[in-house]
Amino acid sequence: MQTFFQTLTTGLSDGSIYGSLALALVLIYKATEVINFAQGEMAMFTTYIAWALMGHGSTFEWWAFFATLGIAFVGGAALQQTVIRPLERASVLTAVMATIALLVILNGLAAWIWSPQLEFFPSPFPTSSWVIGGVHISKQDVGTFGVVMACVLVLWLFFRFTKLGLAMRAGALNPNAARLMGVRTSWLLALGWGFAAALGAVSGMMVAPTVFLTPNMMQAVLIYAFAAAILGGLESPVGAVAGGLGLGVLLNMLGQYVHPVTTELRLPVALGILLVVLLVKPAGLFGRVVVRRV
Amino acid sequence: MPALLELSDVTARYGQVVALHGVSLTVEDGEIVALLGANGAGKTTTLRAVSGTVRRTGDVVLGGKRLGRATPEAVARGGVAHVPEGRGIFAELTVWENLRMGGYTVRRPDFATVLGYFPWLEERRNQQAGTLSGGEQQMLALARAFLSRPRLLMLDEPSLGLAPIITREVFRVVTELNQKEGLAVLVVEQNATVALAAAQRGYVLETGRVAVSGSAGELKSNDAVRTAYLGY
Repeated sequence: MQTFFQTLTTGLSDGSIYGSLALALVLIYKATEVINFAQGEMAMFTTYIAWALMGHGSTFEWWAFFATLGIAFVGGAALQQTVIRPLERASVLTAVMATIALLVILNGLAAWIWSPQLEFFPSPFPTSSWVIGGVHISKQDVGTFGVVMACVLVLWLFFRFTKLGLAMRAGALNPNAARLMGVRTSWLLALGWGFAAALGAVSGMMVAPTVFLTPNMMQAVLIYAFAAAILGGLESPVGAVAGGLGLGVLLNMLGQYVHPVTTELRLPVALGILLVVLLVKPAGLFGRVVVRRV
Repeated sequence: MPALLELSDVTARYGQVVALHGVSLTVEDGEIVALLGANGAGKTTTLRAVSGTVRRTGDVVLGGKRLGRATPEAVARGGVAHVPEGRGIFAELTVWENLRMGGYTVRRPDFATVLGYFPWLEERRNQQAGTLSGGEQQMLALARAFLSRPRLLMLDEPSLGLAPIITREVFRVVTELNQKEGLAVLVVEQNATVALAAAQRGYVLETGRVAVSGSAGELKSNDAVRTAYLGY
């Protein structure tokens, strides 16, 4: 039973990282139908910026954390305006290709600026644990989960209760109608990219202490995030977060209780689950079936 | 005093297909103007040329200001509320969220006045807009448009898909907004009878040109208009 709860907390902590990156993917997908393949590398790049701000990672600094969120926000919005916006009239696939180009560019750029070697990234949380009824709860797991969920909550409050958040939802649902209400949709898309980049930065800074900082650190995380987003139906923000948490818990449970599932098998198992879910429910667990008139 | 809206020789096209071949019309402050014509005559495109949702050439002047290449959001902020074909309701949002979107460009949207005209919206405020009936959605679209405090309301086929009794109700509210709030309205309609009953003036479009124009009374007694659009 103790192992179960320890595995559960680690799973929730891992899952919150997948979920937040998945949410970033969903934010952009819902607004523009573009899958942003660069989401992981954007997160990695901003994590390097945080690391540089923290004096190359000697100690974790919260001011650097928040400064990085700001930089990520501005950077994401700038990328949308300079790279994605000019492709507005092209097909969605062109924009997707552009994000793949961004992935490669950011990856190369990070290796060139900071060297491709593994670097240590400090955690804001102590490595110790709380012991509750014999169960060791890692402070790092709880902290990671808390920080990520707090960011998700702030974002949810923004979309739910502010005028700008409402306009962003309306613009995603029906951009033409939103423009007729005076909404400057192009700027709201930039804002959406900014939020997605900031959310990615959170996941990057939270995962970096365990996977270490390298230009490739987010690649596996991005695949888990894709799986989580698709599990959630790709259109559903709640689904993305729930998908991420579910995936994190499931993978840790399998690793703990099903012995053949070793670290090497984590990724194949995650994608196997994804395939099975899509066979049974093609629209994902939280998605709606799109009916097309022929 | 310039007209509220003045179109001179406006053309518009969709790709290769020319939809408007030089349309000129005016809407004065405080009047209801009907835009009549058969399918494909260019009624919808005329509204779209004003709101900037189609590429236009020629002059569109709103309150003395040329719109030029103004984007839809700029035209909306300039005081034109365009209720498009299909009403443009955000089906997944609630009734109240739709109304808030109407007041998006207004610092303090006047919900109270709007609820005075559409009292039933209050009790339906948390209902998903897509689950309203067609007539209710049309009313919501009207209420939402009015919340932006427009100088000009443009309605595209408000009667489309509605029962005659609901259509009459929609036009009753439009007339009331016109008379009590001084709202100028440019309304596109296939149902010429109901449109000419509410409007002071009208234009009949044929294949992208103004064929006939005049006061509502003149149009009602014009033989060609009568046989083609009024059916008696």
